[in-house]
Amino acid sequence: MIEVFLAIAVLIAFTILLSLYRAALGPGVFNRVAAVSVIGTKTIVLLVIIGYYFERPLFFDISLLYAILNFIGTLAFAKYLERGEVWS
Amino acid sequence: MVIIDVIVTLFLAAGIFFMFTGVIGLLRFPDFYTRLHATGKCDTLGEVLIIVGLLLDHIYYYVYLLPEAPLSVKLVPVKLIFLIVFIFLANPTATHAIMKAAYKTGVKPWKLGEERR
Repeated sequence: MIEVFLAIAVLIAFTILLSLYRAALGPGVFNRVAAVSVIGTKTIVLLVIIGYYFERPLFFDISLLYAILNFIGTLAFAKYLERGEVWS
Repeated sequence: MVIIDVIVTLFLAAGIFFMFTGVIGLLRFPDFYTRLHATGKCDTLGEVLIIVGLLLDHIYYYVYLLPEAPLSVKLVPVKLIFLIVFIFLANPTATHAIMKAAYKTGVKPWKLGEERR
């Protein structure tokens, strides 16, 4: 079962590498923000699988924290691009 | 013991299939709105499928087969359920926020025959 987890982790890292192309070269700032949000949500699942692979339950807390931070960051960036300021 | 491994592997394979579909849409679609249309749904479903597969694996191996495990290991499925609920709430909300910001700042949708952007 541990080999399946390793294979899934490698495949998720490959999808992160593919979507890094859009984050680096995407035309315009909105493509880059969308690609960074996608990379963040993939990283949550990668952290959970790494926690199973190394058998450390501490990684699930890190993935919960990362989910919240990624959501807040994307939302703040969208509001900043929409209004020109974060706080109204 | 083999049945639960097969079920978990099927869940993980379905999740990685949906994630690859979303990334191919992110790379190949011609416009910002169509790219978000691809990733906003496929990524949510793929990640939730992968976490559900890991949840079934954890419930079988660490809660059902190992009753003397410590409480911090037995309570891991609660954290994973929290993570599933949060992904289902937060991922479409973030997609909607980016798309609304792009629409209000004047990004035009792509029409047939135009150049790719």
